[in-house]
Amino acid sequence: MARMKFVCDTERCIECNSCVTACKNEHEVPWGVNRRRVVTLNDGVPGEHSISVACMHCSDAPCMAVCPVNCFYRTDEGVVLHDKDVCIGCGYCSYACPFGAPQFPSQGTFGVRGKMDKCTFCAGGPEDNGSEAEFEKYGRNRLAEGKLPLCAEMCSTKALLAGDGDVVADIFRTRVVNRGKGAEVWGWGTAYASRQAGQPNVATEPKGEKP
Amino acid sequence: MNKIPRFVQLTASCATLVFLLIGCGERPQTARPPAHAQAPYKGTSSHFVAPGWEQGNKASWESQLRSRMQNTQNEYSKVH
Repeated sequence: MARMKFVCDTERCIECNSCVTACKNEHEVPWGVNRRRVVTLNDGVPGEHSISVACMHCSDAPCMAVCPVNCFYRTDEGVVLHDKDVCIGCGYCSYACPFGAPQFPSQGTFGVRGKMDKCTFCAGGPEDNGSEAEFEKYGRNRLAEGKLPLCAEMCSTKALLAGDGDVVADIFRTRVVNRGKGAEVWGWGTAYASRQAGQPNVATEPKGEKP
Repeated sequence: MNKIPRFVQLTASCATLVFLLIGCGERPQTARPPAHAQAPYKGTSSHFVAPGWEQGNKASWESQLRSRMQNTQNEYSKVH
């Protein structure tokens, strides 16, 4: 099995935030922590794109490299997890991560940072699978239930793909091959009589008589 | 005319040394799961386990995840 990976298809993401809501609810993520966020580029401008961002479970994780207490580990499936019992809440991982995945709860007294929390690929943590302790610290372990991360399963347009990297790549490649590129993606060939992917130019077709 | 100023030579040497030190100082990421951590294919006693796979059987778990991906995330498997 290849490593577990996320891919967000920005051509499909409609910024509905279903992934955000699903993650927040499933794992009862504390207030102030956003394991998953949707970021929109050029918001309001035609051609805007949105992308759902959470921990990318990097193969060469910078959070793991900088952690002073080595609380991070990688499972055999490539999921990057951490042990909250070892974490000291220093925040180095948050500085190192290019995606802003490590988060810290805001409920501590006098601004105490607390233990780091992040997307777990719905794989829980080092506690026993499905145990109460695992749920309280890390959220639900869906992988141990034979399921996939809920953010991807709840995605309304299937923009967010999650699972075996080989299968994710295969699904994404199928989409790209089928939908073309550029203006063809949005079906402009239908609207403006321009050339659609693999189709003859509508403008050169014989026109019928006008009513 | 072709002589490189000494200052530039010194700066380039220092930069090269710094980058070599950085590169050689990277620790390999070999962190393993804690000894008490359970692999996900071991399953769970939860009441919400998806049907159709055998807990404890890694191959069965992997097959379950792959088929779930194709069924829930790939609409081309249904449309075409």
